[in-house]
Amino acid sequence: MSARRDTGALLAALLGPDGPELGCEDCFDELDRYVDAEVVGCDADALVPGMRAHLAGCPACREEHASLRALSGGGPW
Amino acid sequence: MRWSETPEVVGSGAVPPQVGAATPDRESREWVRALRAPGAEGRAAMARLHEHLLRAARSEVARRGPGLPHLRGDELAEVAMEAADDALMSILRRLDDYRGDSRFTTWSCKFALLEAAVKLRRRAWRGRELPPPAEGWAHVAARGGAPGADDEAGELLAAVGAAIRDDLTAHQREVLVALAVDGVPIDVLAERRGTTRDALYTTLHDARRRLRAGLVTRGLAAPGEPS
Repeated sequence: MSARRDTGALLAALLGPDGPELGCEDCFDELDRYVDAEVVGCDADALVPGMRAHLAGCPACREEHASLRALSGGGPW
Repeated sequence: MRWSETPEVVGSGAVPPQVGAATPDRESREWVRALRAPGAEGRAAMARLHEHLLRAARSEVARRGPGLPHLRGDELAEVAMEAADDALMSILRRLDDYRGDSRFTTWSCKFALLEAAVKLRRRAWRGRELPPPAEGWAHVAARGGAPGADDEAGELLAAVGAAIRDDLTAHQREVLVALAVDGVPIDVLAERRGTTRDALYTTLHDARRRLRAGLVTRGLAAPGEPS
């Protein structure tokens, strides 16, 4: 990984997303609705404003979103 | 992904609920009804839900397992079972919170995934000390002028470093450096600090806002903002 890329990633982690975003609790509360909207092709970001920004800024919530999305998209259920 | 291609996804129902509207689909209504039923029917529904939760937790453990080579197979199996147990308890406690604007299986699955993810992050950091805040801070300060970094990013990082030093409270600085520089998982930091993930994220969010404001004060624009 280049120093340039490291610097960009570090800046992104330090400065976080721009604009309003949900907190972790609200993210968890809305995650199922957001993912179901994604699965059926609805505008999930319009349905749950601030979710995308939070997922960009919170690695833990981003991982959990990815996991739920993966299961919803044809997982082992 | 279209529904017609994936009738067996998070739930077994092929017809999605009205997303965003509090009108649960038939399968979701049936889940809630059965879980609230007294006696054998309720117990059977809980057992069925536990099976679903365990599958979700095992899937999460399997996905993350390769990144956790120090955890043995039996430990991973234990994490999955504990996650399913704890998720079931959370779901039963919060059943009244289910609004019906997503499939019940999606709603319940997120509890299992959260429990599994948190347990794995904590196990990965078990026995590890958190990095001293000063080390992470020094890393940012050093990187600002590091050879190889392009001038613009280097200038920005140097200004961010100054804002971390001058514009943040000690608490904001420690939380920001732990989460954003040292890569401490937020659940782990919450556990060590005796606080919640939400409280830490609020601190992180406030710190980031101050850093962005600090860049403006210093005549710079953060990425994603007009310069």
